[in-house]
Amino acid sequence: MTSTDLGRHPDTLAPATGGRRIDLARYRDLSLVPVLLVLGIIGFAVSPAFLTSDNLLGVGQQATELSLLVLAEALILIAGRMDLSLESTIGVAPVLAMWLVLPDHGGRFNGIGLFPTWTAIPLCLAIGALIGAVNGFLILKLRLNGFIVTLGALTLLRGLQVAVSQGQSIVNVPPSFRYLGSSSWLGAPAAIWICALLFLIGGCALGWLRHGRALYAIGGNAEAARAAGIRVDRIVWTVLILGGTLAAFAGILYTGHYGSISADQGNGWIFQVFAATVIGGVSLNGGRGTLFGALTGVLTLQLVVNVMTLAGVPPLWNQFLNGAIIILALIVSRFASGEKQE
Amino acid sequence: MADPSPVVEADGITKRFGATVALSDARITVAPGESHALVGRNGAGKSTLVSILTGLQQADAGTLRFNGEPAPAPGDTDAWRSRVACVYQRSTVIPALTVAENLFLNRHGLNGQRTGLLRPVSWRRLRTRAAGLLAEYGVDVDPRLRAEQLTVEQRQFVEIARALSFGARFIILDEPTAKLDARGIELLFAKLRELQRQGVAFLFISHHLQEVYDLCTTVTVYRDARHILTAPVTELAHHALVEAMTGERSTATEPAWSAGGRATAAGAALLEVADLGLAGAYRSCSLTARAGEVVGLAGSAASGNVRLGETLAGLHRPHTGTVTVAGRAVRTGRVPAALAAGIGFVPEDRHLQGLVPQRSVAENATLTVTDQLGPYGTVLPSRTRAFAARMISDLDIKTPGPATPVAALSGGNQQKVVIARALATEPHVLVAVKPTNGVDIKSKESLLGTVRQVADAGRTALIVSDELDDLRVCDRVLAMFHGRIVAEFPAGWRDEQLVAAMEGVADPIEPKDRHDIH
Repeated sequence: MTSTDLGRHPDTLAPATGGRRIDLARYRDLSLVPVLLVLGIIGFAVSPAFLTSDNLLGVGQQATELSLLVLAEALILIAGRMDLSLESTIGVAPVLAMWLVLPDHGGRFNGIGLFPTWTAIPLCLAIGALIGAVNGFLILKLRLNGFIVTLGALTLLRGLQVAVSQGQSIVNVPPSFRYLGSSSWLGAPAAIWICALLFLIGGCALGWLRHGRALYAIGGNAEAARAAGIRVDRIVWTVLILGGTLAAFAGILYTGHYGSISADQGNGWIFQVFAATVIGGVSLNGGRGTLFGALTGVLTLQLVVNVMTLAGVPPLWNQFLNGAIIILALIVSRFASGEKQE
Repeated sequence: MADPSPVVEADGITKRFGATVALSDARITVAPGESHALVGRNGAGKSTLVSILTGLQQADAGTLRFNGEPAPAPGDTDAWRSRVACVYQRSTVIPALTVAENLFLNRHGLNGQRTGLLRPVSWRRLRTRAAGLLAEYGVDVDPRLRAEQLTVEQRQFVEIARALSFGARFIILDEPTAKLDARGIELLFAKLRELQRQGVAFLFISHHLQEVYDLCTTVTVYRDARHILTAPVTELAHHALVEAMTGERSTATEPAWSAGGRATAAGAALLEVADLGLAGAYRSCSLTARAGEVVGLAGSAASGNVRLGETLAGLHRPHTGTVTVAGRAVRTGRVPAALAAGIGFVPEDRHLQGLVPQRSVAENATLTVTDQLGPYGTVLPSRTRAFAARMISDLDIKTPGPATPVAALSGGNQQKVVIARALATEPHVLVAVKPTNGVDIKSKESLLGTVRQVADAGRTALIVSDELDDLRVCDRVLAMFHGRIVAEFPAGWRDEQLVAAMEGVADPIEPKDRHDIH
């Protein structure tokens, strides 16, 4: 066979051109920062209400639930996988937790009262972890297609939520569930502090922990990671479980924020989650991206809506503008990083 | 020959791919009804010739004639197919479709024409015609079966029948026996001889020289993109054929990293492999590698040597046998266990298994040792940089810096990063599969020098390769053929000896070598 000969390329890329490329690639994750600044200037120009702490904290609080899903999806995407079912986990995990702890009579929504009320939060997180574990089992042990498995899980879990909640909102949630989403610490909503902390922990783990670094290796080339002794399946499974848990936690914040679990909680969010993650510089093919980039992606999407609302654009245009900003942000990050997005 | 015009006559064929000359003034002539073998080592230009003869590529220079007429215009697929048929190494039947449909793919209509856009396929007629076609070539296969239900040789018969159904009387077989067992090879050869009696001519490409002697009447040898000789097989002894394939090598230009003349260090056994077997790849393989020694494991693509190397690294779980490193048994089938036991691994293909292309040189080089780069599972960037900087200077990796993405490096330097990764754990045993795959000559010397240094430092290295240059660095070389270790050569072997062993025409192991193979 001459294939080895033909595949032999002469030395590519002289170091001289390498310097410039590397510099741009290093700042690829910051490509949305100028976009955020421009949005801030536009917001300041269209309304004096924009640059008030009330408005910005409001935007921040609204961004928290989405940003936790983005955090989860970013970790999973960096490891080279996908999880579509996150948007259903955010709704079904709180509903199942309520069903397990609420008494079987007296309320508008009756559970089975199997566990004491204080276990609501741990139960909710455990359900999220279980969903991630089952997805992981199907994808990694049975070797099913991850996209379709989590698409099935998305539909199944949404259906489970509707069936258990009988299609109604649950309003009699226990106080422990409300606390995190509704209280303030040091003048800012607790949810913002928690999210910031989780992003910080996640970012540090990806940067400085060996299992965090392993995610990039797995997503970049799983075979190479395996040959280097990284336990690929075990780590990916852990990430899927972590993703489910984070989505369930987002459900807790969301429920606390609005004081009830609506029947369509999280419905259709996965598009925003993917959009925010990808415009934030995380590669759909795995192995690339940072949590900071993903965070700027969420903030961009939220700020656009806020600025538009303040500018008096009718809310009916929100969806259109959201789509437009996703495509625009993709174009910006394509040329800011100078890399093709396959 | 009675017929004056040969079925194919190629002369002065030259083909370049960029700076690489794939064929230089090559020629071949195949007479009607002849079975003609084309042999040569990797890179000799065989595959390029096949793609030119089948019209997939055009030669830069030279003439090509079929049955005395000039070759059809490039792109005229039907015309090419009616002159030359080709059965590729990789199966081209579609497993999920029936034999009948595979035979008439994209020409479902009558008389082998393509059907009209809206004309439905007549399945009954298709099956009848398929049965007729198979009977014509004596292929005993039910056309209603799906292709995936056939055995490997049945699938090849179907491919041959399909290839011939376009009207060609000349067929190219590109390593048809690579995936067949002995019985399948026998059936295939019987079929080919039968077709030959019907006047079909063959160009038979194989790595197994014994098959050439069994089947063919004439043999053509290519080497380094050039035609070397054409002769009747009966006039060409084994050793002459192997010599033609390898060429003569002057001993004066022996490279510095060669093992020749080195005193054999009789250190402690660092790697002991006993009765290792992996279904479908190799069986009952035993070998010992001692401290200070570089051992070669030679073998062609189907010999199983690469799989054996990967097994040592923990990528496959063997069905039989044990692996012992420095006196301790290694748990097989687990990469972390192999790493912990002290086996460093350079995989066959750095793009597939070696590197994470978009990550930095430093990260790639330290992928195996992330547990040593900081306390409590942390990876400290400063230590990573320091570690990588040491590797970069030790192995002389040409890179703008440790933070450069590894994809930006040249092939040779990428390969050095892979070796760095394997050596990062300071292994007792370095298992390197084709360590100089696709690198330039200068990097090749430096890479093999690195492997030699590993052994000189009192450790041991196992080079798994089919490249003679890789194996020259070894103190001794074991040759594998069809999943077994068939011969052992001490340093100073001649090219033709080793090639003959790898091609399966070697004499059995000489008694004096036996004590090293348990």
